[in-house]
Amino acid sequence: MTVRRLAEKQPASFEFTQENRAWCDDQIAKYPLGRQASAVIPLLWKAQAQNDYWLPQKAIEKVADMLAMPYIRVLEIATFYSMFNLEPVGRHFIQLCGTTPCALRGANDIKAVLEKRIGDQRHVSADGNFAWLEVECLGACCNAPMVQINDDYFEDLTPDSINKLLDDLAAGRPVKVGSQTGRTASEPEPGKGTTLTDATLYDGSVVGAWRTRFDEARASEKVLAEKALAEKASAEKAAAAAAEKKA
Amino acid sequence: MTKIIVDGNEVDVPAEYTLLQACETAGAEVPRFCFHERLSVAGNCRMCLVEVKGGPPKPAASCAMAVRDLRPGPNGEPPQVFTNTPMVKKAREGVMEFLLINHPLDCPICDQGGECDLQDQAMAFGVDSSRYAENKRAVEDKYIGPLVKTSMNRCIHCTRCVRFTAEVAGTGDMGATGRGEDMEITTYLETAMTSELQGNVADLCPVGALLPKPQNFRARSWELQKTESIDVMDALGSAIRVDTRGREVMRILPRVNDAVNEEWISDKTRQIVDGLGAQRLDRPYVRENGKLRQASWQEAFAAIAAKVKATSAEKIGAIAGDLCAVEDMFALQLLMGKLGSKNIDCRQDGVKLDPKLGRASYLFNSTIAGIEAADSILIIGSNPRKEAPVLNARIRKRWLRGGLKISVIGDRPDLTYVYDYQGAGAESLSALADNPPPAVEKSMVIIGQGALARPDGAAILALAGKLASAFGAVKDGWNGFNVLHTAAARVGGLDLGFVPGEGGLDALAMANGGVDVLFNLGADEIDIKPGAFVIYQGSHGDRGAHRADVILPGAAYTEKSGTYVNTEGRVQMAARAGFPPGDAREDWAILRALSDVLGQRLPFDTLAALRSALYAAHPHFAAIDDIAASDASAIGKLSASGAPGKDVLASPITDFYLTNPIARASSVMAECSALARGRMLQAAE
Repeated sequence: MTVRRLAEKQPASFEFTQENRAWCDDQIAKYPLGRQASAVIPLLWKAQAQNDYWLPQKAIEKVADMLAMPYIRVLEIATFYSMFNLEPVGRHFIQLCGTTPCALRGANDIKAVLEKRIGDQRHVSADGNFAWLEVECLGACCNAPMVQINDDYFEDLTPDSINKLLDDLAAGRPVKVGSQTGRTASEPEPGKGTTLTDATLYDGSVVGAWRTRFDEARASEKVLAEKALAEKASAEKAAAAAAEKKA
Repeated sequence: MTKIIVDGNEVDVPAEYTLLQACETAGAEVPRFCFHERLSVAGNCRMCLVEVKGGPPKPAASCAMAVRDLRPGPNGEPPQVFTNTPMVKKAREGVMEFLLINHPLDCPICDQGGECDLQDQAMAFGVDSSRYAENKRAVEDKYIGPLVKTSMNRCIHCTRCVRFTAEVAGTGDMGATGRGEDMEITTYLETAMTSELQGNVADLCPVGALLPKPQNFRARSWELQKTESIDVMDALGSAIRVDTRGREVMRILPRVNDAVNEEWISDKTRQIVDGLGAQRLDRPYVRENGKLRQASWQEAFAAIAAKVKATSAEKIGAIAGDLCAVEDMFALQLLMGKLGSKNIDCRQDGVKLDPKLGRASYLFNSTIAGIEAADSILIIGSNPRKEAPVLNARIRKRWLRGGLKISVIGDRPDLTYVYDYQGAGAESLSALADNPPPAVEKSMVIIGQGALARPDGAAILALAGKLASAFGAVKDGWNGFNVLHTAAARVGGLDLGFVPGEGGLDALAMANGGVDVLFNLGADEIDIKPGAFVIYQGSHGDRGAHRADVILPGAAYTEKSGTYVNTEGRVQMAARAGFPPGDAREDWAILRALSDVLGQRLPFDTLAALRSALYAAHPHFAAIDDIAASDASAIGKLSASGAPGKDVLASPITDFYLTNPIARASSVMAECSALARGRMLQAAE
């Protein structure tokens, strides 16, 4: 992570739309009088959604004014959560999961594609279409590797499919949200049915199986211990016999 | 009370005590950075780790764990805490090593060096070397205002400053952005802090990250002479320590006095320092042909004597200003008495308070510490945030605890707490007196100079007295009628009876041409009309000196030993930390010398002799640090003829930073004032 600062170029003002303002009032009303500050994250979130997925300074101040908080309190929150973007992120903001399951399934290849096509992280491409950021686990490990673009997940990616995805997004063509290999959610791949094919899973034999494993382990330990004892005894016996012979 | 064993010694402490407090009770020292007695517990520095038996089996942060959180032993024996075991030693060494990983080793060029908590504790609890070979973290320095310099590489993120501005000051100026590995302490986008107590964050900072900016690279703590004294910037009489090097005052720091200022002081109290050296009157002046020229003491005295001898007693008058010590006023009062004049007044703002109405009618009777017991507070014609910021912090502290109802009559100041606005003028006061709210246990009325320093002040005072009685604010064991003064000298002057005698003229009448010879003892807030021959005795070349015909250079409050009575009626003694510049002398000595020339020699040759005369005349001045009891029945007897006017009861202080001649001589105060004015203009847009 790098130090998070507000963007250099800022819009002159920020105002919630009528609809969002009503939504914000609903959020604020959820909390008892004097605890309005609790609504700060939903409000920031809404402001960010309204402002092309990034938070300008005026939005932070607007939210602070709405909740009667000192500006610095809201800035603290906006700079803490990496989900709040403090700088413009292009039309399609790509968050690439780089945590272990995704990394094992090839997130680094996806990363290479993003680096090649868009450039460095936190940097809007020249056409204004894309910016990307490597983030921690987004919770779609079953479908690794994956990226989040704006509000949607795109999963089971390969370098080819992410390339195609970016092409389609750039051209404004419709794209398929979710798995890019055609499977539904995190079900097994089409045609494979279930992955849980072992019959013992269904006949009840695995219930309590751990106990058998334990018993077996204990029994083998016992056998080994007895064997060791017997060896020791015979060695002593041999030694005694040797000593007697010598005498 | 709960028993707990600290390092083998059993102590009996309240159950809500933290382990850290329990250890201190038992005499075991526990190092700490983030913990501070007067702030909320953060528990983030981990320096105060101790070993506990009867709690979790790991080092426990003693500041964040209460005695009642520990379990007793299996047979009911008290829980045990250790501060001297190998586990604690190792824990402290580990914490210290982590703190020092990113802390620069720049003590030789750091102003905190020599009085630094981190330096001291690294010596006491750290190890001698570091195992860290990587680069240290670098953080940009921030602008947070004209009074505090930052050096953010040194910050250890204890968040004391953040908690202070959020809790005590109530302005929420500071915060920690990028919490986590990139945490930085800053104000919102590097704007200046807005609190009148912001200088205290530099005291709170346990390292050299926040330092007083005006004192930047000016002195080392060990080369300063420390004098414990009393502040005169407002009427609280905050306990201060004046640090001098040679004859120059280098800085002013707060001292702990729980009865008055806890351990905070306002920015004016703290950063007046450069004003003490600027615009000083260091020799006598005499006006000749409309121009002031330097003169000797003899010439100045001769000019005064000639005028005084040519004038009849009823045409001579004296006004005492806001920063005078009781001794100075006492000497002047005696001198005027000897000259036969009854025209004396210490109320240059024309406030309608009078010792004849009883001492309780002009004191902050429930005491400053009493604020913490109050259940309701009505503030009339005052902006305590500007008039006494430390007192305002006390009100906020009480308000934060909950269950306090605050109402305000006057203008609508930003007081850092929520209040119920009752109206602007005296009519709201009468309305409230007629329909008082339901009585509470301890109610308080605070009446400011804004309500009293006006022609109808007496009527408003009477109305406030009536209101206090209607609220049940005055009863046995509780006197909730409080006058908040703005001048350090005022209560002392009223106690002395430095007010016009029978048929005498008051300050405004004297200034408006009522007298031919006017002795002005440091009164710079009053406009003296042309005509009278004015003798100005004071320390700074300000408004009073410009109008003067003879100037006698006096001592500022750090240059003389003097008695001050604060708004509660607490008698306190300020000490001399240095000597006045040039030919300037202590004020009582000037008056004594002048009295000789006037042929009315005052009966004392030393300050000690003056004080014995003073104590003989007014015994309560001898009880230093005490508040003499005053008769509360005086409040019920307050009455006045005439109806109060309709004007807004606005606070008299429009610019907190420039209320007296010393402040006006300070360039630091001027900068603060300009910033505050800018903020006001911005807010008005």
